Amino acid sequence: MAYTEEELKKELETKEYEYGFYTDIESDTFPIGLNEEIVVAISKKKEEPDWMTQWRLEAFKAWKLMEEPEWANITYPKPDFQAISYYSAPNSKPKYDSLDEVDPELLDTFKRLGISLDEQKKLAGVAVDIVMDSVSVATTFKKTLAEKGIIFCSISEAIKEHPELVKKYIGSVVPQKDNFYAALNSAVFSDGSFCYIPKGVRCPMELSTYFRINQAGTGQFERTLVIADKGSYVSYLEGCTAPSRDENQLHAAVVELIALDDAEIKYSTVQNWFPGDKNGKGGVFNFVTKRGICHTNSKISWTQVETGSAVTWKYPSCILKGDNSIGEFYSIAVTNNYQQADTGTKMIHIGKNTRSTIISKGISAGKSQNSYRGLVQVNSRAKNARNFSQCDSLLMGNDCGAHTFPYIEVKNKTAQIEHEATTSKIGEDQIFYCNQRGIDTEKAIALIVNGFSKEVLNKLPMEFAVEAQKLLEISLEGSVG
Amino acid sequence: MLKISNLHAGIENNEILKGINLEVKAGEVHAIMGPNGSGKSTLASVIAGKEEYEVTEGSVVLEGENLEDSSPEERAHKGIFLSFQYPVEIPGVSVTNFMKTAINEGRKAKGLDDMPAKDMLKMIREKAELLEIDRKFLSRSLNEGFSGGEKKRNEIFQMAMLEPKLAILDETDSGLDIDALRIVANGVNKLKNKDNAVIVITHYQRLLDYIVPDFVHVLHQGKIVKSGTKDLAHELEEKGYDWLKQETAV
Repeated sequence: MAYTEEELKKELETKEYEYGFYTDIESDTFPIGLNEEIVVAISKKKEEPDWMTQWRLEAFKAWKLMEEPEWANITYPKPDFQAISYYSAPNSKPKYDSLDEVDPELLDTFKRLGISLDEQKKLAGVAVDIVMDSVSVATTFKKTLAEKGIIFCSISEAIKEHPELVKKYIGSVVPQKDNFYAALNSAVFSDGSFCYIPKGVRCPMELSTYFRINQAGTGQFERTLVIADKGSYVSYLEGCTAPSRDENQLHAAVVELIALDDAEIKYSTVQNWFPGDKNGKGGVFNFVTKRGICHTNSKISWTQVETGSAVTWKYPSCILKGDNSIGEFYSIAVTNNYQQADTGTKMIHIGKNTRSTIISKGISAGKSQNSYRGLVQVNSRAKNARNFSQCDSLLMGNDCGAHTFPYIEVKNKTAQIEHEATTSKIGEDQIFYCNQRGIDTEKAIALIVNGFSKEVLNKLPMEFAVEAQKLLEISLEGSVG
Repeated sequence: MLKISNLHAGIENNEILKGINLEVKAGEVHAIMGPNGSGKSTLASVIAGKEEYEVTEGSVVLEGENLEDSSPEERAHKGIFLSFQYPVEIPGVSVTNFMKTAINEGRKAKGLDDMPAKDMLKMIREKAELLEIDRKFLSRSLNEGFSGGEKKRNEIFQMAMLEPKLAILDETDSGLDIDALRIVANGVNKLKNKDNAVIVITHYQRLLDYIVPDFVHVLHQGKIVKSGTKDLAHELEEKGYDWLKQETAV
């Protein structure tokens, strides 16, 4: 990594943020620290209705009484929550005038990921011409969605434009008091995405935050709410394979999915935040609460490829409330150098004939620690519930760790639970075998890792899968030598 | 084609090969026989460039080029192929995908573009037929859950695809029933021509009934103690290795 922390800080101080909702602000940042006044001020700044302000305050009250959880298999210096500024307005000045000024290593990574020039500029914080492709794409895109009655906008906009929907569903899956980070997020969330698919509508395209790139940057406390009404379908893509460098060390996002009767939500994530340098310095702490609720005959499928962040704490879960509902979790988590990940899922079977599948692939290299933590819970009235879990770990080198913590709680005799786990190591024999066929070591590792991850990569939408595959290669470069 | 001179090699200060001399010309088939632990597999690994082994003396020269500083993949690009005694499993990577990667990496090393998919498919079809390999087999994960015979047949299939100058077959006959042995040997015979060479490493002379060698060498305690024609293999079969051990001890 060519970045020193100092350079990174410098770069990020001037990084362009494109919230785009606030045209009146040049630059203003709230004083550091968190109290009721700050919460009220954030809400006011965003011109929120009173019920939203009250909702945030309730969350804040709860948060004050909570303690940061310590059960995860990660160690990190506890953030000082009073040393953070909870509102920072966008700085509209671009950092660079042209791509020539951007760190060539960063550009090289972009190029290898196959990211278009315009996007590269966006991501690196280069001034972009007003007429760029994605604007027209975004416009056509919006028009198509509007015709189908699909709402796809920022959560701030949704609070103003569609308060009835937001009020009904926000906090319905992840309550304000759910956990320490969710409570914090509920009190101070900066922005995020909102999506509503009307009854019986099949969303004609993958909904991606990419199309909103002009409107929203990823905030420190992002809040996402996706509602699929009865009989509808949506595939939602979150994140980006490009390396994101963010000034905010602490990220605490909340994602809530609601799949009403007969609806289906497919939620795919590629997360590639700054993981810290080779010596474990810097990097993002990522504490995310993601949860979906499935009503009768509905289905939620989480797919994630996690390669970034210094510390990851994340358990995308499904509450299978309705009869015959289905929950799926497909995950690849890569840790290298000093990264730590404690990730997995919860499948809560409440309804009858509910089914869940968990496929988790952990890849650890360097001195990293990679843990799978999963809960399969079958409640007493969940007749004929079925779960299949498979947790595979791949180790590279002798200094990394892979851990599996499966929890199974079954209160109904008719349940069928299967759990499979494997741990393997990329062996010198495998590498030599590939070498002997003319495949060099880097390529051999990529091949082995892709083979290992195939079941999950196959679940990603096509173009995302190709990018994710390249991302895996880049993330693990130089890890066996 | 291949010239090995006074080759000494070992692992962690333990010398296994103690001065091997061997010359293999294009169009020839050489068999290397010998008791367990005589250094047969080590010789194969050293020619292929396995880094665990340290060459302390002597040289391996392929077509006039000393391989001393060549990595295993460079040797592969130069035309050395090793059929492994114990082929490894690579889960999730299909035989087809593995071969595609190997062929294109080889082409890249020669400054060529990837082989067009159409040509690749045609080649795969032809070579699979040669080894009586079922199409379904090609989409399975490399060596995962393969029977002993399938693994070896897959090795020879890879050899057919990569068209090496020098192929080393390390105990390719072990774990094969008679039908599989015949298929594998037929494959090798069909691939053999005047421009390439084959080194067959084997414990038994059984395989040599099918792949007929021009020369037979006996390896014992890291040295070639006897060389001859196919008759030598028969003699060994009859008398066992003890006869040779006694002879060399004298």
